[in-house]
Formats: sequence, C-alpha cells, structure tokens
Amino acid sequence: MPKPEILDPQGKAVAGALPRLGFGQFASVRQGKRFELEVDGPVTEEILAAAREAGEHVLSNPVIEDVVAVYEDTQA
Amino acid sequence: MTRIGVVTFPGTLDDRDAARAVRLAGGEPVSLWHGDADLHGVDAVVLPGGFSYGDYLRAGAISRFAPVMGEIIDAANKGLPVLGICNGFQVLTEAHLLPGSMIKNDHLHFVCREQVLSVENVDTAWTRDYTAGEHITIPLKNQDGQYVADDHVLDELEGEGRVVFRYEGWNPNGSRRGIAGISNAAGNVVGLMPHPEHAVEPGFGPDGAKGPRTGTDGLRFFTSVLTALVG
Repeated sequence: MPKPEILDPQGKAVAGALPRLGFGQFASVRQGKRFELEVDGPVTEEILAAAREAGEHVLSNPVIEDVVAVYEDTQA
Repeated sequence: MTRIGVVTFPGTLDDRDAARAVRLAGGEPVSLWHGDADLHGVDAVVLPGGFSYGDYLRAGAISRFAPVMGEIIDAANKGLPVLGICNGFQVLTEAHLLPGSMIKNDHLHFVCREQVLSVENVDTAWTRDYTAGEHITIPLKNQDGQYVADDHVLDELEGEGRVVFRYEGWNPNGSRRGIAGISNAAGNVVGLMPHPEHAVEPGFGPDGAKGPRTGTDGLRFFTSVLTALVG
C-alpha cells in the first residue's frame, strides 16, 4: 500500500469516480497492489519468510510503500 | 576520445537520442546492453528515458536488477559519472544511488511540454558548463514524474545543495518542493525527469531565443561531463 503520508493520485481519482456511479458512502480511497506467489509443495515458515523479504525488498519500494500483509492462501 | 556508455533496457526509448547528444557534444557514445554485465571501459554512463520493462512493478524497479546495473552501481560508488534521465532517474532511485522515489503525476495525466528549469548546482559532473541560477528550457514528458521523499531527506538534499534542478514557473507533476533533478553527495550521479538529450541541435529542440526549435540548452549536460573527465 502507498504509505499514509504519500498522496495517492490513483486512489483520489477512483474516489472521485465512485459517487458518480452511485457509491456516495466512501470518503476516500487508497489503491495498493497484491502479488500471488505460487510454490510447488507446502508453504513452510521459510517460504513465508522469503516471501516477506521479497515483498519488502523487491515487490515494494520502502520509500513510498508499506507491505501490509503476507499470508498463505489455502484456497488457491 | 572520451567514451560515454548509453544503456538500453527492454523498453528504453531515448537511447539513440542520448547517443546522438553525446556525439554532438564531442564524445564517443558506446551502446551498453542491459543483459551484459560489462561497462566496456566507458568513462561515464547515461541511463536514458523510456518505459523499461513496461514500467511493470514500478517505474525502474525491474531494470535496477539488470546485470549491467550491478556494474554501474559499483562504478558510481567509486566516482563514475552517471546521468539518469526520466526513466533513468527512476532506475537510479530504485538502485538507491539517489534518494526518494517517483509516483504518478498529481494531476494523473501524461505531460509533454517544453519546461523551464533553474540550474541550482553547477558543481556536479553533469552541470559544470552552466551558470548558477541559469534558466534553461528542455522537453519534459512523463507519467510518473512526481518526485517524493520524506521531509528529512528533502531537508538534507536542500542543505547539501543536492537539488540540482527545480521547475520554474509551474510545477508540472506535483514534485515535492518543485524538485526536477538531484545529485548524490559526491556530485557524480545526477538524475532528472526532463530530457536534455532532446535539446541539443538547432532545428530539433524546443523554441529558443533565435526562433522556433533553436533551443539547445540540453547540450551542456554532455559537454559538462566531457570537461569534468578531462579536467
């Protein structure tokens, strides 16, 4: 997710569009990203740790973004 | 002759213009390929503009891990002059050679215009042929051009004179404190959003004092580095 102090121009544009489509309940919108990483075999603690590290060092830029959640999705 | 490398990533657009600017300034351009972890003995490097790797993940984020970048990061830390233009600036921030980052323009539109900049630091390898406070006009064209950093970093940049260029008249993308370009502490690494390589030859540049398309304000980036390397 973009850091709270970083202005999110895309989120602002979406927030502007929502009321025009009848969704007037939302005061603001922030837009982030979701990555789905697949592995062959079970998701171990080591794999989750590696995913966390990739999230913090490659998939996000710590200057402007926070990693908010890294978890195993058993539904996939 | 001084040899200046120009890197091509998949999706780079302005490598040929950058090479041409080097030639017009009196240097010898050397093409560097993203997948080749070898700088071929060049004396300086230009990371040109474009949309390397389609701006996937974040602008410049994937290029930063290209084999050639490992060499450039090592050499830059040892003093090799490196200029990042537009997407090249984004690559330099992702590579942590320059602080801060770029996000989408505040107005969300792609912007393409002739932009006036003030040159605030003429001690870098890429700006020594300018005079302090000089106004120059070069093209600006980007989508993700809003420079952001936290106040601590911005104060440090200003305090150390590392804000090299500021937008003059109008801030075209919402950049913090009107910052258009910055340098590292040593002054050998410079990044900016606008495009000096598109304003190097009469007839093909922005409108200038001598008439339409006569502006060549960008040429001195490239003569500066030649002077820096010879001196």
